[in-house]
Amino acid sequence: MGSDTAPLSLNVPEPGCRPGDTPDFSDFEIPRAGEVGRPAVDVDPDSIRDMAFSIVRVLNKEGEAVGDWAGALSVDELRDGLRHMMTLRTFDARMQIAQRQGKTSFYMQHLGEEAVSCAFARALQPGDMNFPTYRQAGLLIASDYPMLTMMNQIYSNAEDPLAGRQLPIMYSSKAHGFFSISGNLGTQFVQSVGWAMGSAISGDTKISTGWIGDGSTAENDFHAAMVFASTYKAPVVLNIVNNQWAISTFQGIARGGVGTFAARGHGFGIASLRVDGNDYLAVHAVAKWAAERARLGHGPTLIEHVTYRAGGHSTSDDPSAYRSKSEAAAWPLGDPIERLKQHLIKIGEWSEDRHAQAEAEILDTVISVQKEAEAVGTLAGGKAPSPRDMFEGVYETMPAHLIRQRQEAGF
Amino acid sequence: MAQMTMIEAIREAHDVAMAADDKVVVFGEDVGFFGGVFRCTAGLQEKYGKSRCFDAPINESGIVGTAIGMAAYGLKPVIEIQFADYVYPAYDQIVSEAARLRHRSNGDFTCPLVIRMPTGGGIFGGQTHSQSPEAIFTHVSGLKVVIPSNPRDAKGLLLAAIEDPDPVIFLEPKRLYNGPFDGHHDKPIESWKKHPQGDVPEGNEIIPLGKAHIQREGADVTVLAYGTMVYVAEAAAEETGVDAEVIDLRTLMPLDLETIVESVKKTGRCVIVHEATRTSGFGAELMSLVQEACFYHLEAPMIRVTGWDTPYPHAQEWEYFPGPARVGEALRKVMED
Repeated sequence: MGSDTAPLSLNVPEPGCRPGDTPDFSDFEIPRAGEVGRPAVDVDPDSIRDMAFSIVRVLNKEGEAVGDWAGALSVDELRDGLRHMMTLRTFDARMQIAQRQGKTSFYMQHLGEEAVSCAFARALQPGDMNFPTYRQAGLLIASDYPMLTMMNQIYSNAEDPLAGRQLPIMYSSKAHGFFSISGNLGTQFVQSVGWAMGSAISGDTKISTGWIGDGSTAENDFHAAMVFASTYKAPVVLNIVNNQWAISTFQGIARGGVGTFAARGHGFGIASLRVDGNDYLAVHAVAKWAAERARLGHGPTLIEHVTYRAGGHSTSDDPSAYRSKSEAAAWPLGDPIERLKQHLIKIGEWSEDRHAQAEAEILDTVISVQKEAEAVGTLAGGKAPSPRDMFEGVYETMPAHLIRQRQEAGF
Repeated sequence: MAQMTMIEAIREAHDVAMAADDKVVVFGEDVGFFGGVFRCTAGLQEKYGKSRCFDAPINESGIVGTAIGMAAYGLKPVIEIQFADYVYPAYDQIVSEAARLRHRSNGDFTCPLVIRMPTGGGIFGGQTHSQSPEAIFTHVSGLKVVIPSNPRDAKGLLLAAIEDPDPVIFLEPKRLYNGPFDGHHDKPIESWKKHPQGDVPEGNEIIPLGKAHIQREGADVTVLAYGTMVYVAEAAAEETGVDAEVIDLRTLMPLDLETIVESVKKTGRCVIVHEATRTSGFGAELMSLVQEACFYHLEAPMIRVTGWDTPYPHAQEWEYFPGPARVGEALRKVMED
């Protein structure tokens, strides 16, 4: 014994604010909209290292689209985008209530993060493949995947395309470029790299996208994905959705001592940047840039979408137990729907009246689809998948032991 | 037909499959330029190019994870984990992803994937180059598990695994790579070049998964074995004079229960042999299945001969390895009961 240095202590990072505290985002550096320029798509990752510490933004406080990244979408496309985000929010609200009513076991909403998946979907081409997490249903909504099929899946009814086998919202649609959601965290990030390698091996022109949350970047699969993407220069766009919270754990626990999640890309020589995830125009422009970069063979891009999870992690979560109730309102990047709405009004292509009318129409549509799905069944009753279905599809051909077990179970 | 070692037979299976189908891609640690630490993929990169046979970073979950993505894309990856002892970092990708993809997506996505890995001991590999982890895969629904015991089966079963529409764990007993091994470690090493099962058919002749092979016919006791233990059991039968019927299971999942039950009903006795640790080993499953199907035909309690429930040791290799003396003792005992 007998050391002449002071005893060591463990560093456990804490968020800026807990329940009862006043939210304070004054340390959060936000550049002005338009401040970060748009590099050429074949840029050397080394020359844009600063982009991992800044934020690409297009919409300013006044609702104007400014800078190099603006102008990629037509007015009609922007109105479509607004409709997609509003649809997703309404869909979420209805399904959240349906879960409380016992019509399904579980739900996960996108509140505050609608721009990320809705805008991203528009930058992809048919045949491209997303490897989403559970909070990118905007990829389906914006690709015109039938809402009825989504609800049938959520209700695990007889029309569920997954035959009742998967948790609610773990959709799968190859035809819509939406890889089967696992529910495990991080595993699909590295699979997206493999899919992109498959495209390159086959001399194809398709690209893939990987998705992961801020918390799950701590998983080994994140590292594996980055190594493989870097080594094989895979045509993949790797997305980190930093919504500040991993259930109750603030982003600083996964981020550790590094400045930003995007900066993790630097060690792998991957083009890495951050985008305002609540800015529909910015997300779309960055996604388009990264998709083009991948498709032209210039390699992977790591995008950190800076956003905020305004709702609970899932229907099983109560955020008031670990963060301030006023934090969502204090979030400095605002609300994605409000910001796009403001922009469209600013350029004279939208109005409060039209918005209210659109809201009412969307609610009508969602309710009528919901009635249609509930007429088939919900987890609480109606037409359900056959118990026989659980034995199907374990293998392409059912082996003898499963046939025996199915008979034993009486199906 | 040509005389081959198991390594050559495995290499040839790759070659046949890659020539027949552009979708077959091969990768893993040291697999590309060098051709694998056991040389099972030697010459494939030169013949088929770097995009179809290549080296991977030392990251097993990355190797399996990217292979799952490639399989979902439409390729048929045949990947190598350098030693079965190294597969654990990839276990999540295998169990939670590859094995379940077809089921959870209701067939929207599938995972035709072969994960090859050298298994078993007998080479002084210590605890990190000797393990037999087959039971951690047979316990998982959605996987197939194959263990060949000779060059002919290795080629035919690997070709079947590559053709299979579902993920297959392909365990290669590394002590059998160069020759049959009956557990007499002090005897000179035999080569496959003079062994009838080293005679390998040319071309794309598959051996279907799920079919056991009766390695030695006998009337007194059924021995259920796979991998290296097949030759150990054969030697034990010869040395004890017990007329044992040695069944080489070849595929553990799906299992050829019919052949097992038919044999045990005939002999009325059963000894189960594997290298892996005993508790919750595949032998426990075999014993349950035989008990369920053959209880009234059994004339003696079944016996398991296995590795001990310890980590695989280095200096104590031959005290750990279930050799012909231990198997022979079990044969005598089951006949006395």
